[in-house]
Amino acid sequence: MWTDFLILMKQEMAVVAMVFILLFMKLGKDRSNESYMNVINVLLLLNLILGFVCNREGILFNEMFRTNKLIVLEKNILNLAMLIISLQSWSWLKTHKHVPEFYILLLSSLLGMFFMISSGNLLMFYLGLEMSTIPVAAAVNFDLAKRRSSEGAMKLIFSSAFSSACLLFGISMLYGTTGTLVFTELPQHISNNPLQLFAFILIIAGFAFKISVAPFHLWTADVYEGAPVSVTSFLSVISKGAVLFVFVSVLYTVFSPLAKVWYNMIFILSLLTIAIGNLFAIRQENFKRFLAFSSIAQVGFILVGVSGGTDISTTSVIYFVLIYVFSNLAAFGVVSVVTSATGKENISDYKGLYKTNPALSWVLAIAMFSLAGVPPTAGFFGKFFLLIAGAGKGNYILISIAALNIIISLYYYLRVVKAIFMDANSTPLPSVRIPLMSKLAFAVCIAGVISIGVASPVYDYIYSLIVLN
Amino acid sequence: MNLTLLIVVPFLTAIAILFCKGLKQVRSVSFAGAVAQLVLVGFLLTAYWQQHASGSTQFLFESIVTWFKPLNINYHVGVDGISVAMIILTALVVLAGTLVSWTTEQLSKEFFFLLMLLSTGAYGFFISLDLFTMFFFLEVAVVPKFLLIGIWGSGKKEYSAMKLALMLMAGSALVFVGLAGIYFHTHTFDVVQIAGMQIPLSVQKMFFPFAFIGFGIFTALFPFHTWVPDGHSSAPTAASMFLAGISMKLGGYGCLRVATYLMPDAAHAYSWIIILLATIAIIYGAFATMMQTDLKYINAYSSVSHCGFVLLGIGMLTRTSINGAVLQMVSHGLMTALFFAAIGMIYSRTHTRQVAQLGGLLKVTPFISTVFIIAGFCSLGLPGFSGFVAEMTVFMGSWQNPDGWYRFATILACASIVVTAVYILRATGRSIMGPLNASHAKLTDATWNEKLAAGILIAGIVIMGLAPFLLTKLITPSTDIIMNKVLTIMTIQK
Repeated sequence: MWTDFLILMKQEMAVVAMVFILLFMKLGKDRSNESYMNVINVLLLLNLILGFVCNREGILFNEMFRTNKLIVLEKNILNLAMLIISLQSWSWLKTHKHVPEFYILLLSSLLGMFFMISSGNLLMFYLGLEMSTIPVAAAVNFDLAKRRSSEGAMKLIFSSAFSSACLLFGISMLYGTTGTLVFTELPQHISNNPLQLFAFILIIAGFAFKISVAPFHLWTADVYEGAPVSVTSFLSVISKGAVLFVFVSVLYTVFSPLAKVWYNMIFILSLLTIAIGNLFAIRQENFKRFLAFSSIAQVGFILVGVSGGTDISTTSVIYFVLIYVFSNLAAFGVVSVVTSATGKENISDYKGLYKTNPALSWVLAIAMFSLAGVPPTAGFFGKFFLLIAGAGKGNYILISIAALNIIISLYYYLRVVKAIFMDANSTPLPSVRIPLMSKLAFAVCIAGVISIGVASPVYDYIYSLIVLN
Repeated sequence: MNLTLLIVVPFLTAIAILFCKGLKQVRSVSFAGAVAQLVLVGFLLTAYWQQHASGSTQFLFESIVTWFKPLNINYHVGVDGISVAMIILTALVVLAGTLVSWTTEQLSKEFFFLLMLLSTGAYGFFISLDLFTMFFFLEVAVVPKFLLIGIWGSGKKEYSAMKLALMLMAGSALVFVGLAGIYFHTHTFDVVQIAGMQIPLSVQKMFFPFAFIGFGIFTALFPFHTWVPDGHSSAPTAASMFLAGISMKLGGYGCLRVATYLMPDAAHAYSWIIILLATIAIIYGAFATMMQTDLKYINAYSSVSHCGFVLLGIGMLTRTSINGAVLQMVSHGLMTALFFAAIGMIYSRTHTRQVAQLGGLLKVTPFISTVFIIAGFCSLGLPGFSGFVAEMTVFMGSWQNPDGWYRFATILACASIVVTAVYILRATGRSIMGPLNASHAKLTDATWNEKLAAGILIAGIVIMGLAPFLLTKLITPSTDIIMNKVLTIMTIQK
């Protein structure tokens, strides 16, 4: 029993252990920021390695907690993203007063996501979701002196409280009509009756808030802009990734009886999200806001894939999230390095960057190409497969509009590339020294962006795990 | 012969360039890479010739490696006569392009890196027999063009670069929808397998326009040709050569291999639209060229007109006309690359491309002027050069189509030759002949690298012009296979 428990919950255990180690270190004598960060980076790396051994299926706590190889992989993707973010935060945290607190907040949030991904019961899911949101809201306000930070944190708290309320309302109605909250039992009790449909819509709205699907996206840009870059990247990659994983599995298993209903919803939501994300991204000047809207558009493309409803769709979504981790974190990494060195955040500040910072420029350019879906970067493969998965239902209107939206998105990504390489600027940003840790993070991201796409075994592996279940 | 080498060699050259220091190292590595490509292509040609004589399979040197198994995507390569012709064209233009960029001082490492990446995309596209692989390489070639024009270009380069990238991306997006449509009725991306299947007519009619217009944008299909003049004229010389010489041929090849070959019923049904658009492109391109005063714009608009012949040949759907379309692709590739090379040489010396500011260049730079004149003669279809052979074949083939309206289109297209002669002779006369502009009295003639670059392209043009049978022998068996498929359908429908 105990070994079972340890093996099945090893990743959760590891994160809890990290939180406690940090607390003990904090309680002990004063330590330098570097020592905290080194310890945590090594632990994160160990946690990542741990995720690849001793994986098996199992159910704990009366189906509250379930795990299998696919779920472990999803957690691993989040672990990897956490490690990259931690490496990239180096230059920002080096002089910060509250390093252990920062990590404790983010790791608690990560723990919540792990429970959410592993949940086999709507209550457990709700618990995990809340646990993942509240620490992040605190982390958004981590630059205590910045007023925009507080504004962002406040907006995040309000909107997530609202979305939780929606979700909880939906869950309670679902419980009232079915008498169960267990994922495996729910599908037998769900049908087209109006109360259940209403509950379903509320639950979808709750999800939509978390992954910032239009029209529930309004909090995104302000929070992204206000939060410190590391927290923004956490929000945009890890939070979104985790909720997307759960979203797909809930939609495909629990709500499979309502497939026709959600198909139409996803169809409309995806087109709306892509269009709004794209059109707003064109006009943004602040780099973080720009990435916020670009990430909204990316979620729209993910929804196109989700609408397919096959194993291929699930595979493509997980694969795309993995690629998105690498490409988005590469972009955020550059913003993080530049912001902490110069304090500048606008796209126009990046004009002529190539003259002074060639390495950063290439990283940013490759990240932009990957986000835009230009080969040979991985983003091309990710988007291609998402659209192919979405076309599985033969809805060519959906993929035609999505494909045309790729052109719009190419425009604003190329705008950044144009600023870096082509625009003349008499006072470009000064040459920025990239810390070793950030260099490592960039190397991982770029290696991922370039290799994940061309290397098909990754896709095949994810597919094999999905077919297994 | 392993076709993957054709992708590996330019790609490794590109990687090697990243590790070079200084212009001298960079250009010698690129030159070595370009020569290696040409040698490789020479081997490919001889091997193809020998094997083709012994057997009669459609594609040679095929190899299939499973790529994404769950989606049934394979890395499938193989060549037939058409692709071999295109590959030869690519190798020649790459070598010439490398040579004319010999003195690129600004960011030389990045420049040659992108050129090699562009050629990797082109080779990959021409050898692909899997639609996914093909699409992948088609898009690989888009971003290098954007950077090449935007960084090293002249004039309103940012605007042109963005316009080109977005329009080509739009083309790719349309192609993607076409491919997705094919995929969901055949569940494969494999060209050979799809060719063996019968896609229902309604599906073909729905997705043929996507694929054809998508590829058409790459090859300046009217009214989607607007990227051509801006893109070509803003690009640096080598990039213009690659763009017009290789990149526009990706579109023509795609129209033929993907749209027409895989969806022949729809190609037949829609042929009148293709011909209408192609004829407009030919006439409109020719008249638009008359109005231009900038040498690069002259050549860019004339490219619109010349590429119209490719689409006209494809639209007419007779054996000879398809042959003519392929010949025109090769001919136009060589000729326009030569033209841009000559314009680049003039521009780098005189710093102007305005016809009015030039004049009498033959007196000071006889070699460059001769190259310019040869390119011009080839463009207006003088016998002895490749342009005559190609255009003549297209006209002959088009006339074979018995439909009255189609013949009317053919006559109109033929008439455009006169306009071509007018603008070529006028541009040549004013910039090469006539009184010498005093400020140009001390110009130096071509250097060895420029002479070599021009020599390679001229050799191609002259060989093709004097001995067209070499090329037709290569491509005819392959175009016949495509036409057999189309003609069976046409007879069934009758």
